[in-house]
Amino acid sequence: MELFLTSLLNGVTYGLLLFMLSSGLTLIFSMMGVLNFAHASFYMLGAYFGYVISTHVGFVPALLIAPLVVGAIGALIERYGVRRAHASGHVAELLFTFGLAFLIEEVVHLVWGKSPVPYKVPAALDGPLFTVFAATFPTYKAFMMAVSVGMLIALYAVLTRTRVGLVIQAALSRPDMVEALGHDVPKLFMLVFGGGVALAALAGVIGGNAFVTEPGMAAAVGTIVFVVVVVGGLGSLMGAFVASLAIGILQTFAIAIDWKVPGFERLTVSQTAPVLPYLIMVLILIARPRGLMGTRET
Amino acid sequence: MATRKILGAALAAFAFAAPACAWAQVRIAYIDPLSGAMGATGEHGLRELEFAIEAINAKGGVLGQKMAVVPMDNKLSSQESLNLLKSAIDQGIRYVSQGNGSAVAGALIDAINKHNERNPDQAVVYLNYAAVDPDFTNDKCSFWHFRFDANTDMKMAALTDYLKDQKKVSKVYLLNQDYSHGHQVSKVAKAMLAEKRPDVKVVGDELHPLARVKDFAPYIAKIQASGADTVITGNWGTDLSLLVKAAKDANLKADFYTYYGGTVGVPPAMGDAGIDRVKVVSYWSSNSMNAAGQVVQDAYRKKYGADQDPYSQSIRISAEFLVRAMEKAKTTNPVAVAKAMEGMKVDGPFGEITMRAEDHQLIQPMFIATFVKAGGPLKYSADGTKEYAFRADARVEAAAAARPTTCKMKRP
Repeated sequence: MELFLTSLLNGVTYGLLLFMLSSGLTLIFSMMGVLNFAHASFYMLGAYFGYVISTHVGFVPALLIAPLVVGAIGALIERYGVRRAHASGHVAELLFTFGLAFLIEEVVHLVWGKSPVPYKVPAALDGPLFTVFAATFPTYKAFMMAVSVGMLIALYAVLTRTRVGLVIQAALSRPDMVEALGHDVPKLFMLVFGGGVALAALAGVIGGNAFVTEPGMAAAVGTIVFVVVVVGGLGSLMGAFVASLAIGILQTFAIAIDWKVPGFERLTVSQTAPVLPYLIMVLILIARPRGLMGTRET
Repeated sequence: MATRKILGAALAAFAFAAPACAWAQVRIAYIDPLSGAMGATGEHGLRELEFAIEAINAKGGVLGQKMAVVPMDNKLSSQESLNLLKSAIDQGIRYVSQGNGSAVAGALIDAINKHNERNPDQAVVYLNYAAVDPDFTNDKCSFWHFRFDANTDMKMAALTDYLKDQKKVSKVYLLNQDYSHGHQVSKVAKAMLAEKRPDVKVVGDELHPLARVKDFAPYIAKIQASGADTVITGNWGTDLSLLVKAAKDANLKADFYTYYGGTVGVPPAMGDAGIDRVKVVSYWSSNSMNAAGQVVQDAYRKKYGADQDPYSQSIRISAEFLVRAMEKAKTTNPVAVAKAMEGMKVDGPFGEITMRAEDHQLIQPMFIATFVKAGGPLKYSADGTKEYAFRADARVEAAAAARPTTCKMKRP
């Protein structure tokens, strides 16, 4: 019972973190169809900017400034890079963002070096919040969970309750018609890309001090965010949310199980935990290409 | 007239430049991760090697030649390491230094053995400063491999000898990385605990992916549920800093017995939560050295920062052994140097150090140290911190630290 509840709590926490990471990619990949391989790199940039800003000005300003700065960088990249690549098709977009990921990593190396930076959890949020059996639950993780849920609510509200959101959704399926109606679709896409990047950066500000801020952090989470978006289904924010929680909980519970797989005596379920999300993605693509709640196929 | 002056100046410049060519170079290829999750660990080793080489060059180099380090980023990949080794050999480099990852080390030893067998006049020597798989100085020993760190048998023997007298230890959880090093730590720990403390229960034996876990909270939950009062881990790099961070967040009460508790990223991650609870077994104990050792440490901390701990003594001592072997052999030829290095003794910062001839394992004193507040006699702080330090609780003399070897070395 103790392990079950603790694992459930850890699973939900991890799931919500995955959502924080992937919500921006959901916007970009799902809504725009752009395979942004550099998404995790913007998460990393957010962490580094968060570190610099919080060191000089404080953590709360960093929460606002870092996403805005990185989002602006993202918007510029869309305006002068992705948009041109888009004209050449999906492969060009993919390769452009693929190269961009390496470029960002190298710039981070040059500016901040290869070692982790001492990005600390702010003192006000450091320490335990409550206790489950013998384990304490950190205040900061509760903060992370709250921000993640806040992201979901805010995104959902924007996409379904505002004119900008409605136009974005319309532009997804009928960009030509939306343009004919007088909306600036390219500018709209720039805003969406910048917004998605800003969300990744916000996740970076929050995740960078909870885990480690170092140049390898982008590679560590780069692939899992795609799994979330694919499993959740393209075009579905709620799908991404459900997929994040499902994967987070499943992976955490798998780690908790030491049962040996018959026929593979050296292997425990715990050891297979890291690969389970990808197994799920493969199964989803085979059996249900639209994902859990997708509106179109991957 | 002007042309002749310019030409004359150019010729003079060339003439002055000529003597610089007399400085031939002994180059050491440093093959370790310099990017990615473990990049910081590799960077630290590189810095210490360069620090040692700079000191050697400042005293005139070796046999009239300068020494140089050629950094090569293997991204913690065995395949990449083999490519880099080939590149180093093609560049005429005959000495390789590596330490992070026994899987990489195993690949290098195998490749170097093959290369040296096929190209005896282009022999390569491998200086291993931190890959601690016992096999490399036992069944898989090689004349071309010299290990300057203690191996897992030696570390675990020292750790369990200390743990034997810790009465409060009753339930042990083993948590390690899922690759050759982690497997060895787990295997040796269970064997030695059964031998020295049969009353102690091993309540968990876990392996996790190397350099890929971002959040150790699920593993900490299992440790807490198991009721373990002690965790033994050979984790290194971010796998250790993240582990202790998660343990602190969850308020895990167990003590940690580690191999690498003092390495980059870990002391800052532990903070107050690690006080009196994290122990490290190492050949390094920054507050236990003799006067000569303190001079080196002071120079290092002056150059890189008061909170920077030069804990990779193994890599600095490997450079010193190399230089002395070259001077003894009166050549930089790898075969002669390797022979000269066998059985060689050097005065280290904690006493005499011997490169055992039969298996090329360095025999040196070892320490069990506990993470505590700095201050008082603990003059040197733990890496990356100013307020914490390691206090040596037990010292294992070199002779006692040595373990028997099964090595039956084939020599050229």
